[in-house]
Amino acid sequence: MKLLLTGNEAAAEAAIQAGCRYYYGYPITPQNELINYMSVRMPEVGGTFIQAESEIAAINMVYGSAAAGARTMTSSSSPGISLKQEGMSYLAGSELPCVIVNIQRGGPGLGDISASQADYFQAVKGGGHGDYHTIVLAPSSAQEMANLVYDAFDLADKYRNPVLILGDAQIGQLMEPVEFNKKPKKNLPVKNWALTGAEGRERRIIKSFYPVKGQLEEFNAHLQRKYKLIEEHEVRYEAINIHEADIVLVAYGTSARICKEVVKKSLRFNFKVGMIRPITLWPFPKEITRKLSESVQCILTVEMSAGQMVEDVRLAVEGRCPVHFYGRTGGGVPTSSEIIRKIVEILPDNSEVNTLLQLVEAK
Amino acid sequence: MQTIYEKPKTLIDTSTHFCPGCGHGIVLRLIAEIIDAWGIRGKTIGLAPVGCAVLAYNYLDIDMCEAAHGRPPAVATGIKRVHPDNIVFAYQGDGDLAAIGTAEIIHAANRGENITFIFVNNAVYGMTNGQMAPTTLPGQRTATTPAGRDSANYGYPIRICELLAVLDGTSYIERVSLSSPENIRKTKKALEKGFTTQLEKKGFSLIEILSPCPIYWRMDANESMKYIDEDMTRIFPLGVVKDWTQKN
Repeated sequence: MKLLLTGNEAAAEAAIQAGCRYYYGYPITPQNELINYMSVRMPEVGGTFIQAESEIAAINMVYGSAAAGARTMTSSSSPGISLKQEGMSYLAGSELPCVIVNIQRGGPGLGDISASQADYFQAVKGGGHGDYHTIVLAPSSAQEMANLVYDAFDLADKYRNPVLILGDAQIGQLMEPVEFNKKPKKNLPVKNWALTGAEGRERRIIKSFYPVKGQLEEFNAHLQRKYKLIEEHEVRYEAINIHEADIVLVAYGTSARICKEVVKKSLRFNFKVGMIRPITLWPFPKEITRKLSESVQCILTVEMSAGQMVEDVRLAVEGRCPVHFYGRTGGGVPTSSEIIRKIVEILPDNSEVNTLLQLVEAK
Repeated sequence: MQTIYEKPKTLIDTSTHFCPGCGHGIVLRLIAEIIDAWGIRGKTIGLAPVGCAVLAYNYLDIDMCEAAHGRPPAVATGIKRVHPDNIVFAYQGDGDLAAIGTAEIIHAANRGENITFIFVNNAVYGMTNGQMAPTTLPGQRTATTPAGRDSANYGYPIRICELLAVLDGTSYIERVSLSSPENIRKTKKALEKGFTTQLEKKGFSLIEILSPCPIYWRMDANESMKYIDEDMTRIFPLGVVKDWTQKN
């Protein structure tokens, strides 16, 4: 059965379907549909919903429920996610599985409430203090939001690691038909570290403090080994028409939807636009980007930021082909004609692109 | 031969990291005594704060969880909601509970979380070399108030018990001290009452314990106990502030 839901509601329902029974949140636009939905659904399924006194309290309630062995989630938007960074560092440092949803809005500061992708650095480079990563998943539709939130709980449990869903105001607020058809995953590790009371067993401690010289370095090495494993096994992306493309667009989330439109419009013309849509932003699809750089003329990264993901693209390309960037900031959303105009700028001698631009602009 | 005094089983046999004359060891021992006597080791979960007592889990043989500075009430909430039938207590110092974590303690209290908070007030930040705490007395010299706390500049000591008692969500609040064997016995009774409050699902309980920090008070042990009795208790009067068993 398909339901017509906003991306925010799809995220909430997917969490319920995945067995999350502890949700802690704080109101902030543009993620309000999520917290509102949870306030109704959690009591229906016998779960806990708390509207916390702050984003900081909410992420620390998540820390508690994760430490107690439960599936748990919080959600917010950019300024609120900044407040959660301390907690996320502790979650990573204590290896606690949980899901955090960021429905990005324009920044810096209070910014605005429209769609943005300016939290990419914060999301994929750690965000808080210390050497750590959260797994970062980037949906580009309400359906994908549902699928990825469901998977996020499995990934979190599999690796004992926080998973961040990086959406934006458009992905969170658009309404699309959504189906919930994911099945519970088998063979997830038993939580033999969770706090339940030490009845009949040795006590357990959840902590990230290593005061004895050398122990913290050892623990960090363990984290890095885990992250390497995640990089090897969990990369996800969508590739469209990438073979023999004249130019390949790299974009995620809302930007990727617009880039898809560009790919579609170009199909009738005699020049080839391909596209890579990273679904995991961390781990970043490095390998495919590197391979691509050996066969394409150039890459154009499109973001709703001043240029953040483009740095990871360049790191993967290592100078093998030109990497261009087109971005809008402060709540601006790129249009397909802006992207085509950028392609014309990059490939000025390609008459086919010029024709497409004229056609698009004539409309 | 009859044993009349021994180390509680729940208290781990290890050397202490606390300074000479510190009160934390006494409080941790009292907690261990109660856990042993009531046979609740298997269902108790403790929260360790950031500060001198972060290593509380080095001493208590129970499931324990760290929390970021000031956040034990939020983390404890997350644990208690998952395990409502376990006994969950948060152990916090004055900087943790009454400065950086004021929002969390007030709202945990306001929600009436069925958790026991053990608030160790020694009027100073011990872990970081003795800076001013929210509970530092007027005139008290610390690393950051070398001329003594001047209330015109630095405000006044916060009376957490009285502050929280006005909230409808709180059930049992008492202030005790460690200044004498008699007061230590009263502290144990207060801790027992806190756990009873939780076991009977009566909601939020907090026990504030006035505790000596001879090192950063720059006093010897005797002077510290005298300081608690003569100076601290003038600002922080001992006694029950709120009690669900007393109708008033």
